[in-house]
Amino acid sequence: MSPLLLSHFTASSCLGLGLDATLAALKARRSGLKPCQFETVHDLQTHVGEVEGVDGVALPDALADFDCRNNRLALLGIEQDGFGDAVRAAVARHGRRRVGVLLGTSTSGILQTEQAYRRRDPATGALPADFHYRTTHNTYSVGDFVRSYFDLEGPAMVVSTACSSSAKVFASAARMITAGLIDAAIVGGVDSLCLTTLYGFNSLELLSMRPCRPYDADRDGLSIGEAAAYILLERAPAQVGAADILLLGAGESSDAHHMSAPHPEGLGARMAMQAALDSAGLEVSAVDYLNLHGTATPSNDAAEGKAVAGLFGDRVACSSTKAATGHTLGAAGGMEAVICALVLRHGFMPGGAHLDRLDPAIAIDYLAANREQAPRRALSNSFGFGGSNCSLLLGRGDAE
Amino acid sequence: MTQLQACIDGIGLLGPGFDSWTEASAILSGRQAYAARPLNAPPPASLPPAERRRTGTLVKVAMAAGSEAIAQAGANAAEVASVFASSGADGDNCHAICEALASDDRLISPTRFHNSVHNAASGYWSIASGAMTPSSVVCAYDASFGAGLLEAMTLVAVEGRRCLLVAYEAPYPEPLNSTRPMPSPFAVALLLSPRASEKSQARLAVELVDAPLSLMPDKEIETLRQSIPCARSLPLLAALAQGKAGRVVLDYLAPLHIAVEVTPC
Repeated sequence: MSPLLLSHFTASSCLGLGLDATLAALKARRSGLKPCQFETVHDLQTHVGEVEGVDGVALPDALADFDCRNNRLALLGIEQDGFGDAVRAAVARHGRRRVGVLLGTSTSGILQTEQAYRRRDPATGALPADFHYRTTHNTYSVGDFVRSYFDLEGPAMVVSTACSSSAKVFASAARMITAGLIDAAIVGGVDSLCLTTLYGFNSLELLSMRPCRPYDADRDGLSIGEAAAYILLERAPAQVGAADILLLGAGESSDAHHMSAPHPEGLGARMAMQAALDSAGLEVSAVDYLNLHGTATPSNDAAEGKAVAGLFGDRVACSSTKAATGHTLGAAGGMEAVICALVLRHGFMPGGAHLDRLDPAIAIDYLAANREQAPRRALSNSFGFGGSNCSLLLGRGDAE
Repeated sequence: MTQLQACIDGIGLLGPGFDSWTEASAILSGRQAYAARPLNAPPPASLPPAERRRTGTLVKVAMAAGSEAIAQAGANAAEVASVFASSGADGDNCHAICEALASDDRLISPTRFHNSVHNAASGYWSIASGAMTPSSVVCAYDASFGAGLLEAMTLVAVEGRRCLLVAYEAPYPEPLNSTRPMPSPFAVALLLSPRASEKSQARLAVELVDAPLSLMPDKEIETLRQSIPCARSLPLLAALAQGKAGRVVLDYLAPLHIAVEVTPC
């Protein structure tokens, strides 16, 4: 593929709002995970990565029907780091029909429906009149919200492939830009805490009681987080700045194996990483840092570890930042692409947190501490239920 | 304006009064009258029995339409990329989860949880077909067919590979159905190819336009078009059934529509 410029980006998670807070937390190897006190969830012994201040966000009056936790988080995140202004400038450059909106989410505003089901009419079973399905629960809600917020008239969609959602939007946006349908795209993901994922992962016995420990020998499950991450993608100019960040490649695959368990050998994961390299026309030696999917479930890290070891051996520095952010599910691809962009821009590689003893069965170069070494290219892995895999390859403007 | 091109190698359809594309094309070409009747979703024969039991109506209709399109083209599903487009995930499953979460006992089953993802049909399809190819799952509420068509057409045009588009819907049970009414399940599948072959039925050229929408001449079928997101494809299906060159305009996100020029192969 032709490289695309990440002309602006921002991310908000339990590490804080915007890039400075995110970078400071990664540098200090601080985790945002805390014991779960979310909503009425007091019976699950787990940690969550909750974004502070989401409840206090007020949507513009004209968009009041969109009001739900997911769209409050979407709005809170989108005006950080001047991202909104960057979008408005892009719209002025390209036109309202030439800026696409391609966002990922897994659960959208389902929390609104979960809460509405507690307030059903005792006689008829009807949901309360103040419940708005289309603008909250529906999967497209966050895409509709962002398109409406910026008054856009171009193509838009939400990709919902569970935990690979907001990685796959980069591949879709790249195709749309290459095909000439749009000149720029707002990509990324927004996913927020809800009962479905907390009790759902609990039913699969995949929630750790402790803050999650990716790639630890004694890892015992994930911690759920939430995030809003946005990236403005445009065609790369002929001359890019040294510290500009480019999307060099994207690779997608399917496990074709199981709905909720990864391929045991990580075959689909390996295919996605190889496809990302192929689309960039680069060899494995081009990758300096790999942000792992690394959920800290025993099976994910084992399968992904095999895939990474098979493709890269132990020649690439790897870490999962989910010990810091929690697993932000449909927002993870966008969140971790932004982390890779920060790592490339600021010249360091973040070590995984909460690590007691690295799993000796996984033969990769896993970073137990930050490495003060500047990577030129970074690969980011995102895998989801249904066996959906996506890898993104990002690089600095001066990486050649 | 940018035009995206592809050839259609196979078509699948399942809806109320449409048991398959083969039968429906006689109705949509005007040779036979439309008679509405409830749709019967066939169990996906290509899935192992354990997985088959776990699938609901939404996944069943998606897989039936996808299988018809693949079979018609004599294609190997394992080699084909896919795009799944629907405005919602499995509504019956979602209702059961929300009921459990509103009760005193919030236990939900692992199968309910993994079936709650919007990409369940894509996951089951890849397991059934052995396709390790890329699979996109997109949603744009009532514009979900248009979003899926653009995603599939760009995949074919940019990556030069065959792609199966499956657009599918099933209604929610009450109380959600009252907030999102839909009359019936429905599914349509198009196997798109970058190059013409002896299997190709028609060539498509797609672009974004402002032009007015194409409507269906039959009132009942027009009601379907308006009330089920993937039935927004019906004007295109009618043009394909008639086997004549023509241009139809399909619904997408306001103010944009999607024009499709159809040229029989």
